[in-house]
Amino acid sequence: MLNKYPLWKNLLILFVLALAAVYAAPNLYPPDPAIQVTPAQAGAEMSQSVVSNVNEILQQNGIDVLADEVNGSTALVRLTSSEHQLAAKDLVQRELGDDYIVALNLAPTTPDWLLSMGAGPMTLGLDLSGGVHFLMEVDMEDYMAGRIKNYREELRTRLREEGIKYRRVVVEGNHIDVHFVDAAVRDEADSFLSREYPEFLREDLDENDRYLVRLSVTEQKIKELEDYALKQNLTTLRNRVNELGVAEPLVQRQGRNRIVVELPGVQDTAEAKKILGKAANLEFRLEAEPGASRITTEEYPFRSDEFRTARLQKTVITTGDSVTNAQPSFDENGMPQVNIDLDSKGGAIMAQVTRKAIKRRMAVLFVERKPKTIYEMVDGVEQPKTIQVVEKSIISLATIQSQLGSSFRITGLESAEASELALLLRAGALAAPMYFVEERTVGPSLGKENIQQGTNSVILGLALVLVLMTVYYRVFGLIANVALIANIVVLIALMSIVGATLTLPGIAGIVLTVGMAVDANVLIFSRIREELRAGRSPQQAIHEGYNRAFTTILDANLTTLIVAVILFAVGTGPVKGFAVTLSFGIITSMFTAIMLTRALTNWIYGGRRLQTLSIGGNV
Amino acid sequence: MKFTFDFMKYRHFALLFSGALLLASIISLSVQGLNLGLDFTGGTLLEVQYEKAQPVEQISSALEAAGYKDVTVQTFGSETDILMRMSEAFRADLGNEVLQVLQQVDASNQLTLMRSEFVGANVGEELRDQGGLALLMALGVVMIYVAARFQFKFSVGSVAALFHDVLITLGVFSLFQLEFDLTVLAALLAVIGYSLNDTIVVADRIRENFRTMRHSDAAEIMNNAINKTLDRTLMTSFTTILVLLALLFVGGELIHNFAMALTVGIVIGTYSSIYVAATLLMALNLTREDLIPPEIEEEIDDRP
Repeated sequence: MLNKYPLWKNLLILFVLALAAVYAAPNLYPPDPAIQVTPAQAGAEMSQSVVSNVNEILQQNGIDVLADEVNGSTALVRLTSSEHQLAAKDLVQRELGDDYIVALNLAPTTPDWLLSMGAGPMTLGLDLSGGVHFLMEVDMEDYMAGRIKNYREELRTRLREEGIKYRRVVVEGNHIDVHFVDAAVRDEADSFLSREYPEFLREDLDENDRYLVRLSVTEQKIKELEDYALKQNLTTLRNRVNELGVAEPLVQRQGRNRIVVELPGVQDTAEAKKILGKAANLEFRLEAEPGASRITTEEYPFRSDEFRTARLQKTVITTGDSVTNAQPSFDENGMPQVNIDLDSKGGAIMAQVTRKAIKRRMAVLFVERKPKTIYEMVDGVEQPKTIQVVEKSIISLATIQSQLGSSFRITGLESAEASELALLLRAGALAAPMYFVEERTVGPSLGKENIQQGTNSVILGLALVLVLMTVYYRVFGLIANVALIANIVVLIALMSIVGATLTLPGIAGIVLTVGMAVDANVLIFSRIREELRAGRSPQQAIHEGYNRAFTTILDANLTTLIVAVILFAVGTGPVKGFAVTLSFGIITSMFTAIMLTRALTNWIYGGRRLQTLSIGGNV
Repeated sequence: MKFTFDFMKYRHFALLFSGALLLASIISLSVQGLNLGLDFTGGTLLEVQYEKAQPVEQISSALEAAGYKDVTVQTFGSETDILMRMSEAFRADLGNEVLQVLQQVDASNQLTLMRSEFVGANVGEELRDQGGLALLMALGVVMIYVAARFQFKFSVGSVAALFHDVLITLGVFSLFQLEFDLTVLAALLAVIGYSLNDTIVVADRIRENFRTMRHSDAAEIMNNAINKTLDRTLMTSFTTILVLLALLFVGGELIHNFAMALTVGIVIGTYSSIYVAATLLMALNLTREDLIPPEIEEEIDDRP
């Protein structure tokens, strides 16, 4: 029969709409202001006593607590009003000290029955909910000092290989001084260096019986090295941010040595800080030989067991920035292992050192830079001050079985150990140390205004379109209106399900979708009118109208979708949010404007003898 | 058919009109350029809110006296909201510094920092390049799509129409020195999508007419296609402009320029989908043969 949908199709549409309503629902529950407490030590459990302590601190200061909950390593304390949120955070941080990370958070209030279905609200962007903004500084001085030390080692090796006899190679501030016995050797070295090391500025300093070449790295090379370090750190940070599971993070270079990290929607700086602030680096070192001098060795604890220690040589073979990859896998006997790849320089040094160290043990040392808050008296007032402390611990100590190169493996691990070691090795691939210089949490008050204005424009725009459609297309206009509202619900549900972030331009995208989604219906309805004018019966007109408009709708929507995808690919932050809502809006409107309106039209008009259709336009 | 308007008869006027707009846009763009936003120039932006209105001149002279370079001060939405831009390099405590300077101007007028943004010059440069690339990429991909889906001449026509829309929108932004930031760039891309949408609907009809109106010439066919789709083109543009007006008036200051770019772009895009694409197809001498053999197309078209 013409214009009748089979039962399964109607049921399917109802099912999709019901599903959409459920998954869009969590957005109706506003979140609670909360503070979140996590132990600074990764993997540590949160104890109930700490939570009671926090409750006590807050109550003593007259801040009302709504509820608290402990979830693994995280404690969430909900407050009754957002006014005291900041004060509460400062109070708790002060009392708990640096063993815990305290952060502002917005705790979702999604009812349990919705949560049990995996439903949750959309994440709001930095511009709507506020969010976290970090500024990290890359310690270029430390990095350059490391590079220069590397050069010193390299020069020693190369000069020896070339048979150029030097007396010593020493680092003097930013320079490397190479001392020679006489001018002839120095001249020979000069010509070798000018040939092989264009990145050095050379200066001959000869006095009495001292013959030396002073080498300093050229400005251009310094810039190149710094750029490399920053890019490497950016990449690592991006990976770490990905670990956080933030929908639209922004990790961007700012100036010569800073990196901006913006995590919209995330108000729990705790997790973010912990992962970003790991600021880890690695050092590969040989274990000290028994009886070695204390001057050339140092003792370090193990990361897994701080009471177990090992004595290592002070000399560093290579550092984490030469690690290009590290993957856990299994050896031929099915035992867990970690495969490590080094860059060519790291590999060469590794080969050279390990050749003479077979059967000795090599340690991987994990270097962490942690901010520590101390309180000092300034003008009689106690002021918090953040200083950087360096902590080193051994993450692996394994016997060297044979000479190692740029690709080797660490065996004798347990499975979990192997994957953690691989993770640490990769995460440790920071070219230069980094620390926070600014942390800004954009409070929710600013975003509230934007949400309000955004919501207002959606409502106003929607109302205008609804009125216009009803006036212009009568009953068909009402059908389109139902579809339009359903479209918004489905769009919000889809955004919530995939965890997309809503930004202010994203709301604008929804508004635009409202205007554009009716396009499909307009196309169909004007086609129906046309068919009626051409003298077709109402039932045939409906059938033909829907059929003929379909290709056009598909073509038109596909092109807009292509542009939206490009926008998504090149856009950053808020612009991406616009691209997301725009493209989702197009997809959902295809369902509502074609399937849903057809079902409604069929339900109202289908399978009946009709004289006229209420579609306006004098037909 | 309710009424038929001979669009093609006036296509030479349309050509002149478009030519004039394009020329004006190009002149304005080359003489005074675009008022690029912070995203593209880099620098510092601070938004503060005063309790009561504070003269803009006082604020800017105080900031200049304090040694900040290239300061521009403007109200943002309301008289008490002040937006400041300066080419100051990033410093962690710049926000507080500026607040102190401003508080000294009038100690009785309390102010709070609403928002502060710092964009490095390198970042701005990068974003500028990326933005231009995105626009070109969008046009290129669209051209390929239309060529594959319709025919090469259609793709030339529609991409020319898109160039036309983007250039004139840019011209309006240049002429009135409206701030051009990342969101405006996003709006331009959306205009490309939207305008193309319109053009395709017309093109679809032209193609269909070439098949069904066997005894008509090209001008008649285009006229018929434009007239038949006019109802839809105007209605859709109207609903879209309605929601954009809602955005313009209640959406708030942050997306004002975004809504503005879309509104201008969609008005121009509606005009261009009626005129520019079809006129160009006429100029390119689109014939029935260009769309034949239609056997393969026929199959696709009949799909429900």
